Amino acid sequence: MNSRAVVQLQDVGVKLGGVTVLGGIALSIAPGERVALVGSNGSGKSTLLRLLHGLLLPDTGHVHRNPDCRQAMLFQRPHLLRMSALNNVALGIWLDRSLGLTWRQALERAVHALQRVGLTAVAQQGGRQLSGGQQQRLALARAWARQPDVLLLDEPTASLDPHAKREVENLIAEFSQGHDRALTLVWASHNLGQVKRLASRVIYLEAGRVMADLPVDVFFDAAALSVRSPQAHAFVQGELS
Amino acid sequence: MNTLYDSVVTALYLIFHLDATLWSVVVRSVAVSATACLLAYVVGVALGAWLAVTRFAGRGVVLLLLNTLLALPSVVVGLLVYLLLSRTGPLGFLGWLFSFKAMVLAQIILVVPVVTALTRQVVEDVEVQHGEQWASLGAGPWVRGLLLAWDERYALLTIGVAAFGRAISEVGAVMIVGGNIDGFTRVMTTAIALETSKGDLPLALGLGLVLLSVVLLLNLLALGLRRWGQRQHGQVVVAAKGWVA
Repeated sequence: MNSRAVVQLQDVGVKLGGVTVLGGIALSIAPGERVALVGSNGSGKSTLLRLLHGLLLPDTGHVHRNPDCRQAMLFQRPHLLRMSALNNVALGIWLDRSLGLTWRQALERAVHALQRVGLTAVAQQGGRQLSGGQQQRLALARAWARQPDVLLLDEPTASLDPHAKREVENLIAEFSQGHDRALTLVWASHNLGQVKRLASRVIYLEAGRVMADLPVDVFFDAAALSVRSPQAHAFVQGELS
Repeated sequence: MNTLYDSVVTALYLIFHLDATLWSVVVRSVAVSATACLLAYVVGVALGAWLAVTRFAGRGVVLLLLNTLLALPSVVVGLLVYLLLSRTGPLGFLGWLFSFKAMVLAQIILVVPVVTALTRQVVEDVEVQHGEQWASLGAGPWVRGLLLAWDERYALLTIGVAAFGRAISEVGAVMIVGGNIDGFTRVMTTAIALETSKGDLPLALGLGLVLLSVVLLLNLLALGLRRWGQRQHGQVVVAAKGWVA
């Protein structure tokens, strides 16, 4: 295994309900990379994220996660408990026993995290009373407060309005750039504009297979992409048309 | 019609003039069922939450048995508890037969499957949709089960009311293990059965009205708490989503 990689997959395959949803996946993600997973619905983006995060085990191949790298994952629709926004974040921090924080310490860190995402004013409001965009920012605060080295995001802005989408995207960009360590981002997205703005590398999936794994500038260079991966080129043209 | 009318009037008189016989039976009934439900609720919620988030070989069979126990006839429970507590039974040394404790034990056995099965269903629905998020945050199965059960507390409140309704309205088990002893183990349902057979319809009807009123009040309380909770914490806004897109 590449010792620098935060996570590495070797010929990984996943079957769900007897159907192969990922096959022959081999990739390595280095610290500080901003990797976008793109592809149509059912291409395996979310499955790959879950695999990287350890929520799914591979049926074939190997997944190596760097034990020194802490991971956090953000979902498309975050689940918040019926408690205040502050307590939701504090609970998310406290549950990570590797941080070894007391509830009081978790609360203190949650206050800071809410401040970071601009939700101090609604800290005492019920988490579920917040708007969709605020809920996603809250979930982002919950993930960020765990001080991850790798942040995995499953279509984090897919169900948000344009304004909330931009707010969440800005926060993700800030987290990836302003971190004192190299924060690695891996996210699934249908939004090619967002991919262009945030990614340093793009992985295109089709029917559970990696059809293109390219630097972002090459991926969005139509001529180069048509040569490197006709399937990805067709996808991008379809999305942009 | 006259008999029914007279009975209703006399029943209301007994209720509102705080008839000692009637109210002692009511208090005992509520005490037995509340104690049983409280204990069954703790066991049932923990067991149901655990079943909702864990997977093991034979889980399907356990769930099938659990769902079958929902239709457990109370007389069968009464018979089983009677056999357990009778002098020659394995728990005969406790000396509980024909006592308050025996009735509580019988109602616990009757109610635990109700609380467990319904809790399992409620928690599992949330677990399927969002369990992986909590697993991702570091919550193991036990913590996840309890967290999700806590989050669904207003739904579980309704389950508690349903369980109490099942306990307080059953007659077979408490009749067999309690013995319907006047002033000692006589509860509303056994008293209604007895008074009806004796022809004392007003007392039976009065007890029936109180029984309905108790359950109605509890339902109103649960409804109020649910509405308050929804106002406090907001409705569920998260749509269903599978684990794997």
